[in-house]
Amino acid sequence: MAFYVVQFLTGLASAASLFLVASGLSIIFGVTRIVNFAHGAFYMIGAYIAFTLTERFSGAFGFWGGVLAAALAVALIGVLVEMVLLRRIYHAPELFQLLGTFGLTLMVEDLVVLIWGPDDLVGRRAPGFKGAVDFFGQNIPSYDLFLIALGPVVLGILWLLFQRTRWGVLVRAATQDRDMVAALGVNQKWLFTSVFAVGVFLAALGGALQIPRDAVHHAMDLRIIVEVFVVVVIGGLGSIVGAFVAAVLVSELNAFGILIFPKISIILVFLVMAVVLIVRPWGLFGKPEAAARKTPGLTVNPWRPLTSNERLASLAAFVVAAMLPLFAGNYALTVGSEIAIFVIFAVSLHFLMSVGGLASFGHAAYFGLGAYGVAFLAKMAGLPMIVCLLLGPLLGCMGAAIFGFFAVQLSGVYFAMLTLAFAQIVWSIAFQWVSVTGGDNGILGVWPASWAASPSHFYWLALGVAALVTIALRIAVFSPFGYALRATRDSLLRSEAVGIDAKRVQWTAFVIAGTTAGIGGALFAYLKGSVFPDNLGISLSVDALVMVLLGGVETVSGAVIGAIVYKALNIWLVSQTDLSKLVLGGFIVLIVVVFPKGIVGMLEMLAQRRRKSSPPGSSLLAKPIESAE
Amino acid sequence: MKLTVQDLNSHYGPAHILFDIGFEVGEGEVVALLGRNGAGKSTTFRSIVGLVAQRTGRITFEGKDVSARPTHEIVREGLGYVPEERRIFTDLTVEENLEVGRQPKRPNAPHWNCDKLFTLFPNLGEMKNRPGGRMSGGEQQMLTIARTLMGNPSLVLLDEPSEGLSPKIVEQMVEAILTMKKEGVSIVVSEQNLHFARLISDRAYIIERGRICFGGTMAELDARPDIRDAHLSL
Repeated sequence: MAFYVVQFLTGLASAASLFLVASGLSIIFGVTRIVNFAHGAFYMIGAYIAFTLTERFSGAFGFWGGVLAAALAVALIGVLVEMVLLRRIYHAPELFQLLGTFGLTLMVEDLVVLIWGPDDLVGRRAPGFKGAVDFFGQNIPSYDLFLIALGPVVLGILWLLFQRTRWGVLVRAATQDRDMVAALGVNQKWLFTSVFAVGVFLAALGGALQIPRDAVHHAMDLRIIVEVFVVVVIGGLGSIVGAFVAAVLVSELNAFGILIFPKISIILVFLVMAVVLIVRPWGLFGKPEAAARKTPGLTVNPWRPLTSNERLASLAAFVVAAMLPLFAGNYALTVGSEIAIFVIFAVSLHFLMSVGGLASFGHAAYFGLGAYGVAFLAKMAGLPMIVCLLLGPLLGCMGAAIFGFFAVQLSGVYFAMLTLAFAQIVWSIAFQWVSVTGGDNGILGVWPASWAASPSHFYWLALGVAALVTIALRIAVFSPFGYALRATRDSLLRSEAVGIDAKRVQWTAFVIAGTTAGIGGALFAYLKGSVFPDNLGISLSVDALVMVLLGGVETVSGAVIGAIVYKALNIWLVSQTDLSKLVLGGFIVLIVVVFPKGIVGMLEMLAQRRRKSSPPGSSLLAKPIESAE
Repeated sequence: MKLTVQDLNSHYGPAHILFDIGFEVGEGEVVALLGRNGAGKSTTFRSIVGLVAQRTGRITFEGKDVSARPTHEIVREGLGYVPEERRIFTDLTVEENLEVGRQPKRPNAPHWNCDKLFTLFPNLGEMKNRPGGRMSGGEQQMLTIARTLMGNPSLVLLDEPSEGLSPKIVEQMVEAILTMKKEGVSIVVSEQNLHFARLISDRAYIIERGRICFGGTMAELDARPDIRDAHLSL
């Protein structure tokens, strides 16, 4: 019995940091409407700076002062980030903000290794809390007891701050209607900056307080951000009490999950989150939100099928690509195959995201499922390659059918978070179910049949499938189904009013996108000869998002260009520099701030401007629409 | 002049809404902006306080050009704005709503505080701790005006204060506006209701399809029934 009590207390102690970080994220979201992906990065920097400061200065004052100073220093960094980056993207669609802050996270991961090195750092124990308390023969670290007390204290302080100060009243008012707050003479800019600073301070404090419990390392940002997403989604975005309750819930699930269901401990939390979202889509303590700004459809620039000249040009580009084996070496052909596979992956996400208006943050799940599908069929059933390629993507299709059914019940940020959570579930299964998936070691030896074994043959196969998939999805965009899907994207209510079964259409789109991604994954398994959990990881999902954005969200086939440019750049960067994440992150931030329309979108804009300056064209429609009431 | 608007043009995306709007408000004056639904009254107000992004023209308040300034700076100059939709902060109590509007004293404008506003709107004083979301439409309308007055404005843009209110509340509203005027606040009030406007205004402008098509004293407007009938639905 005492053992379970101790386990419960350990869970409560972990909840403290989680609550600090999650409440910061929630506060920032409430006012600025930005889901700050970089929140985990601030948590990590807080831990690193606190490590350095507490090592440098001795004594109790050195420790506690160092922790506080670290949180303040990171808050200052946050202010800088807000003023330089976020102020430029407050009015951008939410997807860009998620991506921009994700780019920041990538940069921080490399910077941290650059400054503090790649090794785990073990910090000082907290002065005055070095021992343990005996509880019926079980030991509880006294620092854990301190953390358990800290959580409610911070909750109380935040409550006072929001209920009893003018700043708190302004923040609560701005959470509801920021334009009206400005119309009453409040400078929104500084309100936003201060809110961001407070949120980042809480994240950094959470990180700094972890150093006596855990080693500081350069991957702690992603681990906490996924947990924090889960916490705020369960608790309700924007609710501090919700963040507290959910942090305790999640921490206890983690603490007891390991004891009771060791096999599925990782996915237990995500299962709870999925259930909460389905029953109460806005979280336990949240409020239903008004529809958020949609990502595509910002400009009235109607899509049209390609003209015959453009068709010829595409055909020519395809022919040129098909002639690559005539003059390129094996390495270039392997790179070419990989790029072709990522074109498939990118167009599949584009179909869901741009045509359907559903930005999935876990699209790699279906790519990876396709890959695992092939690996199971080839290694366990020993089926020939052609059969595997045809049947393997069905695993992606099934995954998309199950998860998609739940995901399309939501939209906007919540959709993004739920798809991310589902992808994490799939990843956890692949990672933990070692007897079937091989766990971290993956499944090796998935080699193509002899007819596709040579690099040039495999390249032609990948290129051909990529072309077919792209054409098929383009046809779908301009089919009646495509029109219905675009109608649900532009106005869910109106599309239902004209008799479209919106959820069904979106679900179908989700399944189509998932299956297509699975086709890409199936080819990828044969290209690499192996399958790993990374094939369904978060970073691959984000790769896909960047490819679509880079090409241009609002174009029909920008994703193709985006995939080619991004993948080529990525492969080249990794071969050139150890700081590929830093460069890549900077690149993502740059796209978000400077080229929000992507490469193809920019080219279209330039072409339109030229057309406008020559004879009077029909470019009148291409003006952006302000958020009119 | 307290407020001068010249050649104001506003757009929502591709749609041109306001065409060369121009009018003036004198010190301590109450001016009515009359027009039908969709004529451009609200857009005019929103453009003056900088809530419409795409606008051109010149807006001078107390001799200062404010046309290129951000909303909160315009408001801090003493130009208060009461939106038509009321936009009460529903999660905040009456007192907290007033707190959001509070600004420092201004030498050239009457000073308001909670107690003074509770004498102007006695209903509000009885529900200091009630959340804005649980108030009636009339109470919300009083709160939105009181909230703007907390900023000690020397001029207030009042967007359709009588809309959707019962006759009894409208009477209270007339009283309140006349008190504001007596205290020395200049007022521009947009209205569809000519009867209501006549009770409070010194002068009137008529706006139709985004253009000003009449300007004069209330007596001059009464002398032109043709204009009145053509542009105002009575």
